[in-house]
This record gives sequence, structure tokens and C-alpha cells, in this order.
Amino acid sequence: MSDQPLFRFDSVSVVGSSGVRLGNVTLDVAAAGITVLVGPSGSGKSTLLRLCNRLEVPSSGTVQYRGRPLSEFDPLQLRRQVGMVFQRPVLFAGSVRDNLAEADGGAGQSDLEEALERAALEGSFLDRPAGELSGGEAQRVCLARALVAQPGALLMDEPTSSLDGAAVSRLEQLARRLADAGTPVIWVTHDLGQMRRIADRVAVLIAGSLRFLGEPGQLESGGDHELTKFLEDADAG
Amino acid sequence: MPGDAEFLAGDVDFVGLAASLVMVVVALVLSRWNRLGIERGIGVAVVRALVQLLGIGAVLAFILNPDRSLALSWFWVLVMLLFSAVVLSRRAGEVPGLFPIGLGAFTAAAVVTLGVIFGLGIFPLEARALVPLAGMMIGNSMNATVVVARRVVEELRDKRDEVEARLALGQSSRRASLPYVRSAIRTALTPQVETTKGVGLVFLPGAMTGLILAGVDPVDAVKVQAAIMFLILGSVATTTTVVGFGTAARLFTPDHRLVQLDRPAGT
Repeated sequence: MSDQPLFRFDSVSVVGSSGVRLGNVTLDVAAAGITVLVGPSGSGKSTLLRLCNRLEVPSSGTVQYRGRPLSEFDPLQLRRQVGMVFQRPVLFAGSVRDNLAEADGGAGQSDLEEALERAALEGSFLDRPAGELSGGEAQRVCLARALVAQPGALLMDEPTSSLDGAAVSRLEQLARRLADAGTPVIWVTHDLGQMRRIADRVAVLIAGSLRFLGEPGQLESGGDHELTKFLEDADAG
Repeated sequence: MPGDAEFLAGDVDFVGLAASLVMVVVALVLSRWNRLGIERGIGVAVVRALVQLLGIGAVLAFILNPDRSLALSWFWVLVMLLFSAVVLSRRAGEVPGLFPIGLGAFTAAAVVTLGVIFGLGIFPLEARALVPLAGMMIGNSMNATVVVARRVVEELRDKRDEVEARLALGQSSRRASLPYVRSAIRTALTPQVETTKGVGLVFLPGAMTGLILAGVDPVDAVKVQAAIMFLILGSVATTTTVVGFGTAARLFTPDHRLVQLDRPAGT
């Protein structure tokens, strides 16, 4: 297996109208397992994630996907290779089938059923109206929709923040299953407990800068006051 | 009461015009009585309408003089197209780069509708027909284009989550915005469709009323009015489509990202 990182961020900054959202971040994301981006609200986690499928672009620095600069990719092709599940389950009007067809209008019945199966949903869901699903089911349909194009990586932006306990652990198990089956996952959360449950590697972002990168068991503040405060607050919360 | 001949000539003298201001006084009294606080607005509107209409009357009298070249009328149509694009971009100021889109839309509508009207010989190509028809086509399209431009911005801003979910699936910006642009065009077109449905039952439109007041046979007036209504419907459909898709295209980057759309202050 190649040692090529999934994503390589090289001195990446993002400056928006409200100021610096990411400041000079250099980071390699491994091409296997689950990498968790963790940090407090407004720390730049989602911005970093959205750089991976070019929903945002860096103000400076470069991002590479599997050794190739993102700027060289057709953004539409890139987004089919790098699937994304958002914080809130966003389903379009119509049936589950209609939703999956938005990802690939040419996908056949077996492709759609396979995508549902990978999201732990039965084929009978295809004809269910999207508006009648529970929050957990809706988020799994969003996952299935992202999987229809058979992406080579999956971005998950706080995907459990609107779900209850059982639905949360179900989605965590699904991410683990997908990662173990060869689809690397980048998962954003502000929940340290969740990070410890699912992460193979963790990157901590605070105020737009990278404060830690390593395995979850190695996570300690190392004299960084802001990191100490985040770890204490997160564990207390 | 004026005699029949005078009435059929549609001749309202300045005394008659001044008498019609009685109704403005009624509006002012009602505003004061209900404490609406719009007396000043009514006054400004009436003065502006009078000045603008008298001004345009003088210009039209000059342009529509049969001795003048038709080129002058075409030039006037061009001025109207430019002016309407300026007004549109001002009235929907929150939409970036609307002037060229509006100019393109009004020009496209002018080419299509005037081409049909004069190409098929529905009206003779002369200044007396060209200038007012172009004016009605552009004027009626204006409100619909303001609505569609604003609506596209609101839809894409309020449904950003959905739009980005579509983009993240690898959809092009055009495809990702299509449901919202369609909805905006439907919203902008509906009043014109309803107006077309209700004509003759609910209200008598201005052109027909004016012709009847001027002594034209009502059946002939109706035929003229029907042709004008279809012209307007076609032009509103054309302009809202061009402005709807043109506005959406302005709100995405070339690499298919939705630009930041801030909510206007105070909302």
C-alpha cells in the first residue's frame, strides 16, 4: 500500500470577511482509517474539511489529494471521488430513490440497494418518502447518497450533532465499517468522547491553527494553554 | 358633461385633469383620517406622475410625428432598454452584476416579442405601434424581473445547505441551482399568468379601456388588448427566464462554489 497521504495541507490559510479562519496549517491526513478533526466551535474544523472537496479554496497554500494538487482536478469529478455528509441531514423533496438518483441518475437498482446496504438500510427504503424518515434514518440516507458514486474518501462534518444516542452509535459503527473496508474517513466533531471512540488519528484545531496531530492515546496538552483549556472544557462538558 | 364628439376624441382638457385631482384629495383625506402617514408619499407620487407623463407625452408627440424617421423610434426603444436595465439593477441592488443580465433579458424579449408582433404582421411596423408596445413589454417585464432576481438570491441563500449538498454530489452549479431557479421563475410569472386568466372577468386592462374611451369599437379594442396581453406574457416569460438563470450564474464561482450571500441588514 502506498504511503501517499490522502490529503496533504501545505501552509494552508483561509481568510474570510470575519478574519482568519485557518492560519498556516500544514498537515498530512492518512489514506486509511478514521482521522478525526476535533476542536471548539469556530476553530476551523469545517473549513478544513470543506477544502477537501473544494467547497472552499485556500487563500494561500496548497492542498493535495493522493499526491495531486486539488487545483488540477475538475471540481465536479473531485466531489464524486470525495463524498461528504453534512451536519444536518439534508434530503431533497421526493423519495429516497429520488435522493440517491441525484448522486448518479444512471445508477441501477442494484447500485442503489448496495449504497443503502452500506449505510445499514434495507432496499425497501428506496420508495419511502424522504420527508417521513427519522433523523437517524435521514442521515444514513445522506450517507448512502454520498456512497452511490463509490467515493475513494468520505468527509463527515459533525454528522451526529442532530441525532440521539442510538443513532449516534449506529453512524459511528458505519464509519468504522467503511474505513475498515478501505474508504478512509475524515470526521469532524467537538466531542472528545466521540473522538476517543472512533479515531485512528486525531488532529486538534484551535483558533484556526493545528495544535496536535497523532494517535488519540497520545493526546495531551504539552504546555499549550489553549489546548489544555479545550481538553478540560470538553471533558467537563 | 362633454358632448359625444369631444368624448370620443378622448379629449380631457386641463380643467378636466384638475377635476380628476378631487380623487387625490379623497386619498389624502383617507390617509389623514386613518393616520396612515402617507400623505407626503401620495403628493410626491401625484406630482411625479404628472411631470413624467406630461414629459413623456411631449417626447412621444415628437417621436410619433409621421414626418419623423422610424429610426428615431428604434433609438427610443434602445434608450428604454438601457434605462430599464439601470432601473432593474438599482431596484434589486443586492444582486451583483444585474445590469448586463437585465439588458440581455430585455433585449432578448424585445427581439422575440417585437419580432413576432411585426414579423407576423399583427401590428403594422410604424412608430405609433413600436414605441408604446415596446414600452408596455419592457414596463410589465420590469417588476417580474426584480422579483425573480431577488427570489433567486433568497432561495440560494436560505437553501444553502441543500445547494451545497447537491454540489458535494458532483452536480454542476447550474444543475444544483435548477430547482431553486425554477421556483423563483414560477413565483415571478404567476401574477402575470393570473392577470391573463382574470382579464375581462375581474378587470378591464388599460390599453383596452383607453381605446374604448377614445371611441374605438370595443371588439377591435379587445383584439388589440388580447394581442398586447400575449405579447406581455411572452416578454415576462422571456425576461424572467434570462434574469433567473443569469442571476444564478452570477452567484457561483467558475469552479462551482456558491458565493457568500449575506442577509440584508435588518432582516
